[in-house]
Amino acid sequence: MTLMLFLLAVPTLAAALAAMCLRNLVHAALCAAICFTGVAALFVYLGAEFMGFAQVIIYVGAIAILLLFAVLLTRGFETLSPLRARQVPWPVGVMAALITLAVMTISVVSSPSLLRPRTAMVLRTRQVGDRLMTDYVLPMEAIGLLMTAVLIGAAVLALRDSNGAKRRRVP
Amino acid sequence: MNGVAAYVWLIPLCPLIAAAVTALLPRQQRRLASGLAIGAISLSFLLSVLSFLPCLTRTADERVPRFLVNFDWVQLGSGFLRLGWMVDPMSAAMLVMVSFVGGLIFIYSVGYMANDENFTRFFCYLSLFAAAMLGLVVANSLLLLFICWEIVGLASYLLIGFWFHKPAAAAAARKAFVTTRIGDIGLLLGMVWLYSETGSLVFYDEGRGCLEQTALSALASKTLAGGMAVTTSISILIFCGAAGKSGQIPLHVWLPDAMEGPTPVSALIHAATMVAAGVFLVARMHPLMSLGSGLQVVAWVGALTAVFAASIAVAQTDIKRILAYSTISQLGYMMLGLGTGGVAVGMFHLFTHAFFKALLFLGAGSVIHGCHGEQDIRRMGGLRKLMPVTFATYGVGMMALAGFPLFFSGFWSKDAILHAAHTWPISKGPFLLGLLGTLLTAFYMTRQMLYVFFGTNRSTTRALAVSHGIHESAPTMTMPLVVLALFSVTLGFLGTPVWPWFDAFIAGRSAHWALHHLTEALPTMGLSTIIVLIGTSAGWWCYGRGQIAQSPFRDTLAGFAPRLYSLLRDRWRVDEFYAATFQALNQALAELCDLLDRRIWGGMVRLITAAAEGFCALSRWADDQVINGGFEHACRRLSRSGGILSACQDGQIRNYLRVVAVAVVLLMLWLLMGESL
Amino acid sequence: MNPLPTVVLLSCLLFAIGLGGVLTRRNAIVVLIGIEFMLNAANLNFIAFWRYGPEPEALRGVMFALFSIAVAAAEAAVGLAIVLAIYRHWRTADLDDVDELRGDRL
Repeated sequence: MTLMLFLLAVPTLAAALAAMCLRNLVHAALCAAICFTGVAALFVYLGAEFMGFAQVIIYVGAIAILLLFAVLLTRGFETLSPLRARQVPWPVGVMAALITLAVMTISVVSSPSLLRPRTAMVLRTRQVGDRLMTDYVLPMEAIGLLMTAVLIGAAVLALRDSNGAKRRRVP
Repeated sequence: MNGVAAYVWLIPLCPLIAAAVTALLPRQQRRLASGLAIGAISLSFLLSVLSFLPCLTRTADERVPRFLVNFDWVQLGSGFLRLGWMVDPMSAAMLVMVSFVGGLIFIYSVGYMANDENFTRFFCYLSLFAAAMLGLVVANSLLLLFICWEIVGLASYLLIGFWFHKPAAAAAARKAFVTTRIGDIGLLLGMVWLYSETGSLVFYDEGRGCLEQTALSALASKTLAGGMAVTTSISILIFCGAAGKSGQIPLHVWLPDAMEGPTPVSALIHAATMVAAGVFLVARMHPLMSLGSGLQVVAWVGALTAVFAASIAVAQTDIKRILAYSTISQLGYMMLGLGTGGVAVGMFHLFTHAFFKALLFLGAGSVIHGCHGEQDIRRMGGLRKLMPVTFATYGVGMMALAGFPLFFSGFWSKDAILHAAHTWPISKGPFLLGLLGTLLTAFYMTRQMLYVFFGTNRSTTRALAVSHGIHESAPTMTMPLVVLALFSVTLGFLGTPVWPWFDAFIAGRSAHWALHHLTEALPTMGLSTIIVLIGTSAGWWCYGRGQIAQSPFRDTLAGFAPRLYSLLRDRWRVDEFYAATFQALNQALAELCDLLDRRIWGGMVRLITAAAEGFCALSRWADDQVINGGFEHACRRLSRSGGILSACQDGQIRNYLRVVAVAVVLLMLWLLMGESL
Repeated sequence: MNPLPTVVLLSCLLFAIGLGGVLTRRNAIVVLIGIEFMLNAANLNFIAFWRYGPEPEALRGVMFALFSIAVAAAEAAVGLAIVLAIYRHWRTADLDDVDELRGDRL
């Protein structure tokens, strides 16, 4: 089992790393998609097939494509501002991430309760649907509302506003 | 005794009010000023006559009539300082004399000062002087006398320096004031000493006064460490003041210079009244001075002064200077009379002298006025025909002064003095000096008469126009001359040896015919007559035989004894001596003090100023640099920190994210590991 | 054998990678990718704990991860719409250039 895990984990992480490091934005978006797929595979490995497929549909099918579209739509000249404010140096960010990793690793490693063995369980979609309609109906409705709002908002934000654009250009 | 003394304070008050009103007048009002002055002094004269009359009464016990008013003035501790005024024969006679002569001179001044623009001021000062002099006479307290003495000195200063824009006049006024001041120091010391010894400065105070028996007998027994009696010392100190005021040597130097003032001033102050104040003081203090040997000093100083001044008068060429030295000489005679013969002898000469000296001065004023301001006798002459009234009255005055026998008052009064000096038990020196003085007096007066009135007119600088323009003076000026001449003749008869009315009057006795006195007095009278005639003849022989009209002009005496003449003309070089010694010393002290003041005290002040300035500069620097600078620095820091803080919100999202990440990491570390640290 | 620690470590690694990218990259879209990675790591963590933790019948971890995916999708949509709007105005998607709230500068 560990081998399987390893085989699934390595590409995921490699793709994630590549997405974060690549200069070419299209390549980065595609690597992100690979990473999402890897995560979906992991979900399946862990027994949550529904989640895995949901991941594929939403993340890979929608979000990754959205990312690609955004990358392609925001290509073009980048105007460099003549004055750059002083930046906190980038190793700070990397160090913060590494320290976070270290802290989390240490806390994981030093807690023994995680090592208890258990039997496997298979996730049925029906269970998910039952839960959604009974215990988690309120969050589901809320998510519906959220989705509606997001739809409208994103549409408004991305709408090309010809009148407003002219007004905004103040000499 | 109260009596007439109750209202005698009005006598000095009338001229004082006149002076005050004149001083406060907003603009020049000649008629009002002169009218007030003359009116006031006439009123004083009237009141003086009224107070004189009771003194003529004789009481049965032949005591001196004395009317007093004393009162407490200032409280000193448990006791009082008393003041008071009195009327006794001596002061009553003085009152009448001062107000009468003063009144005449006031009238004369109306004419003399008619062309002067400070007419009102003149009469204001004259009234002030009259008030002070009258106050001096009525004073029953040495303190009140001293106060009036000083005011008299002040009025004299104001009047001598009346034409103050003339530097000579201003200097003369200063000299008079300072010289009399030196005498007044002695007077003040004597006064204080007397007060400390007797406890009272009031003369007659029902037994408690300082001139009354209790006080005098207490004083008589005391002596000082050196053997000198206290009475002698006090007498000498008081005489110092009298010597200053009356021009005795060595304090005589101011009197000739005081001739810079207008002639009426010279007549009033420096002939008749103010200089007589010294004599009056000695006469007042006579009961005290007759104890001990004070009177010896008085007599000797008087005799020496008489001869000294007369010798100088022989060689003078200013008409008023001659009269000034003559005054000094006659004052010497008065002192001699007081010293040797007593109050009546000296005072009688004072009275006669007042009249004929005032006459002579006013006559000189008339001459000067007529000669259009000329005062040098060498440039006068022949005025006998041009100004007859002046000549006649001046002649009367001259003969009275010289002591021509029988009909002139000066003869009787001077003779009384010579007689008293002759019979003085202590020494015959003053008598001989008096005789010498008489000789010189006759000589220089004859000289003056010959120069001024006889011969032909020698006013060269003003030429013929002036000689045509010399005429007799106005009646306002000649009328007083006539009156004074009259008195110069008649007053003498009050003091003849056969009928010593004045002597008796002063002593409070009734006068009796005393023919036996004639035999005693006849030798002296004869001797003085002979000497006067010798003097007059000498004067005629030197100047009356046409020497004056010769040219080149040279005084006969100058040709005769040039060295002596120049010494006499330079007034025995006393002024030069004083200038070289006292004045030089004073100047040196003044310069030292000035140096001290400017360098040392001034230096200290400058040092302190510099220190203050330095401190101010320091505090300004501190304010500038430290406070302002600190403030500005703080403000700059503040704005820079504001800049730094505002840089934290620069809109750079990546910075925000990184900062938040660091914060979260730290928080995480602290939460998870904080307990073990 | 319990693979839970391994999976959790894996999710931690993924999270750290996403965090590093968020803090380092200049382009807004890559930052959004990093945020998605972090969310994915959290989902992974939830599923792992559901699988190997107590009471799997309650399906708590699954539910949470499901809603997390929904919300992440919504957030990605809106975020990218914003990026497009910004791009339209400033002609750049660079985070360093978009540092003012003023709308009149171009």
